[in-house]
Amino acid sequence: MLRLDRRLYDAIVAHAKRDHPDEACGIVAGAEGSDVPSRHVPMVNAAGSPTFYEFDSTELLALYKEMWARDEEPVVIYHSHTATEAYPSRTDIGLANEPGAHYVLVSTRDHGNSEGPVEFRSYRIIDDEVTEEPVEILDSSQNQHQSA
Amino acid sequence: MAIEVRIPTILRTYTGGEKAVDARGETLAALIDDLEASHPGIKDRLLEARDDGQSDLRRFVNVYVNDEDVRFTGGLETTLSDGDQVVVLPAVAGGSRPGPTA
Repeated sequence: MLRLDRRLYDAIVAHAKRDHPDEACGIVAGAEGSDVPSRHVPMVNAAGSPTFYEFDSTELLALYKEMWARDEEPVVIYHSHTATEAYPSRTDIGLANEPGAHYVLVSTRDHGNSEGPVEFRSYRIIDDEVTEEPVEILDSSQNQHQSA
Repeated sequence: MAIEVRIPTILRTYTGGEKAVDARGETLAALIDDLEASHPGIKDRLLEARDDGQSDLRRFVNVYVNDEDVRFTGGLETTLSDGDQVVVLPAVAGGSRPGPTA
């Protein structure tokens, strides 16, 4: 199960809509071992493509060094599919290299850059095996309740 | 000549869970051979055979020496010195296209 604050959910969806028709990509970092996504880092899709995404290699290193300095890890790795469903492609599965991460896919195929609902789904991808998991969006009142 | 090599999560099965290991070598190619001697199997995850029979870094594996991507510093021939920092990071990449080759 992926639990995600509404503000993070909204930020990911906004990023995906903004970059449509190219694929958008990024991560949500969180404290190592916590499984709590807390810090949204939108990344540039260096491939600039509607069917492929890749973090720029220099930005990738800077991102990981920053996470190591903060004792963080990538809790969520997200990207969008802009013409197909929010399900990992063979490319996504073959290149999934963070066994601890929640892989989030957002599909913007229905509304593109416009307002309107998106498909937002989360998966574990380990050793080429895809397992979908439920997504729970936490409203701020729920957060306060949970941390109280 | 010890060089610290930062190992990504996905490859820590080869290093007994260690996040960083020491290795030796005057070039990146030699360093990877030394890594392979201590951590068998890891070389195949870093290198792939090219058409001409030589090895090259895998397309979706990034290696940095002192924060520079080795693709810009001579690839496997990149020279190393004592105290250099080597980081291995798999690319974060994917997309809806059917095959992973770029």
